[in-house]
Amino acid sequence: MAVIEIKQVAKSFGSFTALHSVDLTIADQEFMVLLGASGCGKTTLLRIIAGLETPTTGEVWIGGRRVDHLPPRERGIAMVFQNYAVFPHLTVFENIAFGLRMKKVPQAEVDRRVKRTAELMHIEQLLKRYSGQLSGGQRQRVAVARALAMEPDVILMDEPLSNLDALLRLEMRAELKGVLAESKTTTIYVTHDQVEAMSLADRISVMNGGRIVQAANPVEVYRNPAARFVGSFIGNPPMNFLTAQPAGAGKWQVAGQVFDGPAAAAAEFAIRPEDLHPSESGLPAEVRVVEPLGPHTLVTASVAGQPFRAVLESTLTPRPGDMIHLAPVPDRIRWFDPATQSAL
Amino acid sequence: MPRMLPYLLLLPATAFLCLFFLYPFVQVAHDSVMRNAAYTLENFTRMAGHWKFSTAFWNTMLLAAVVVPIQLAMALTMASIVTKLQRGRSSILYIFAIPLGISDLAAGLIWLSVFEQSGFLNSLLVGLGVVDQPILLLGYQNTWVIFIAIVLAEVWRATAIMMVILVAGMGLIPKEYGEAADVFGASRWQKFRRVTLPMLKPSLQTALILRVILAFEVFAVVVALGGTQLPVLMSETYHWQFQMQERGVAAAFAMVILAVSVAFTILILRLLHVPKGARV
Ligand SMILES: Nc1ncnc2c1ncn2[C@@H]1O[C@H](COP(=O)(O)OP(=O)(O)OP(=O)(O)O)[C@@H](O)[C@H]1O
Ligand SMILES: [Mg+2]
Repeated sequence: MAVIEIKQVAKSFGSFTALHSVDLTIADQEFMVLLGASGCGKTTLLRIIAGLETPTTGEVWIGGRRVDHLPPRERGIAMVFQNYAVFPHLTVFENIAFGLRMKKVPQAEVDRRVKRTAELMHIEQLLKRYSGQLSGGQRQRVAVARALAMEPDVILMDEPLSNLDALLRLEMRAELKGVLAESKTTTIYVTHDQVEAMSLADRISVMNGGRIVQAANPVEVYRNPAARFVGSFIGNPPMNFLTAQPAGAGKWQVAGQVFDGPAAAAAEFAIRPEDLHPSESGLPAEVRVVEPLGPHTLVTASVAGQPFRAVLESTLTPRPGDMIHLAPVPDRIRWFDPATQSAL
Repeated sequence: MPRMLPYLLLLPATAFLCLFFLYPFVQVAHDSVMRNAAYTLENFTRMAGHWKFSTAFWNTMLLAAVVVPIQLAMALTMASIVTKLQRGRSSILYIFAIPLGISDLAAGLIWLSVFEQSGFLNSLLVGLGVVDQPILLLGYQNTWVIFIAIVLAEVWRATAIMMVILVAGMGLIPKEYGEAADVFGASRWQKFRRVTLPMLKPSLQTALILRVILAFEVFAVVVALGGTQLPVLMSETYHWQFQMQERGVAAAFAMVILAVSVAFTILILRLLHVPKGARV
């Protein structure tokens, strides 16, 4: 049982605040992905959970035990570092075995676990090498194997697959998910890659500027962004936003069209590019760029002078300069408060 | 031309070394096998045949064997502490480095003033009533006191040089390896033993070679504290060169010191060898 509770954790480096009062609970055996732009505080949060950094304020609990004053080794965690930290003076075998050696695990068990995790990460042929003789991606896999070999209750992974080629990454992603689910490990996984986040996560925590903006399951995060940032960060291409003028009685006028919306003083209209289809009654859009991508066509246009993207059937091929009309799927329209940026 | 440039730039230094190091070295080596204008090993047989030779040789070895490990342990401990300091690190380094600025003869004299019959230690012992009157500590009847005094003076004088090298070496080890060790369950001692020490090997090599060679050349401290009571290789060299006017035998001593130094340097390099590919 390893529930991780982060209670009002804040972290400042001098006058710079890297984390603003983060609250997050990760359930036992949950796969939590931290997603956010570079510099938003993902590594800092992970390092606080690991005990490599002390929070300025707040508490960290693991498995019902308050751990924020315990050294890392007493927290029952394993970690994959963003910069790998694979020991240069040890062979790949001894690197993977490092944590087991510290716990004085019998040799036969060490052999078994090293072999198993090395096979899983496809590095079994590298066991006798030193880290200086490995490529970046191989080193990264050693770092992952070293953490997996511990069979910990909690595993913290900081962009563990960032340096692998697309194909290997896809394969490793699936294997990781299988292994961690099987071993009932609670996982916190940091990534920049939305697809990876979507595919792995039980829940995604989207971070922005040292805050967690939304923590929910991948579909929820995608469909119902809790904040404008989430919509603009997740999705490729991201959500479209258009200004809206109140038209009374919960109606809003967007680019000449009237939509039902929330009862609020001000609102911003939002729609995902794939939730649009051509229709005479749609939003008038002036086509700028057309990119045929195979399964569909990505159209970049301008609606009432604001940038707007639509993902259309590949049979539709408008030309730059054309005026088209794009109708949003009614139940996919989202509204945001322009002042607080949160969903309405 | 650009390929030759580095060699050209090294030329003045190389010439300097040849002139003031290689030439005298060849001269000494030559002297050691020369007697009455003929090549011979007689200098070496005379040296080895003298009753003081083996005492001097083993005294030197014993001193090195006692002093260097103590210094290594102390330097490692001090360097670990200094490396962990958040602030005040350079001030502490300066303070530790003060004995380095004192010549070895001066260091010997300082410790002589502690141990001699009218020295601090005797005043203290008398003052505390441990003894009735000052005792002769550095006399020929108890050479072991002389030995301890020399060890103390050497440790006091030359530990800092090792520490400075080790502090620099520890500073070069990226912080992430210590963090990885922490996360993967290493205790303080395990972290030191399994991560810091192996990654410190290059600096350990430098520090040990430097110290061991200097330990074989110990001279002024020994003479200041023990006079001729505790002969060592260097004091014998001096003795043969200036008191006995036996240039050839003195040169033979110098060759012995050189041989021992080279042997230990090779040994240290072997023992602390870092395999290719395992470097940071
Ligand atoms: N030791 C430190 N001293 C000062 N500022 C720091 C320190 N560590 C991190 N920061 C700052 O805190 C912020 C968050 O850093 P962090 O490493 O957590 O980002 P991240 O989300 O992991 O980014 P990336 O995706 O690029 O790895 C950054 O703006 C960074 O500059
Ligand atoms: Mg990071």
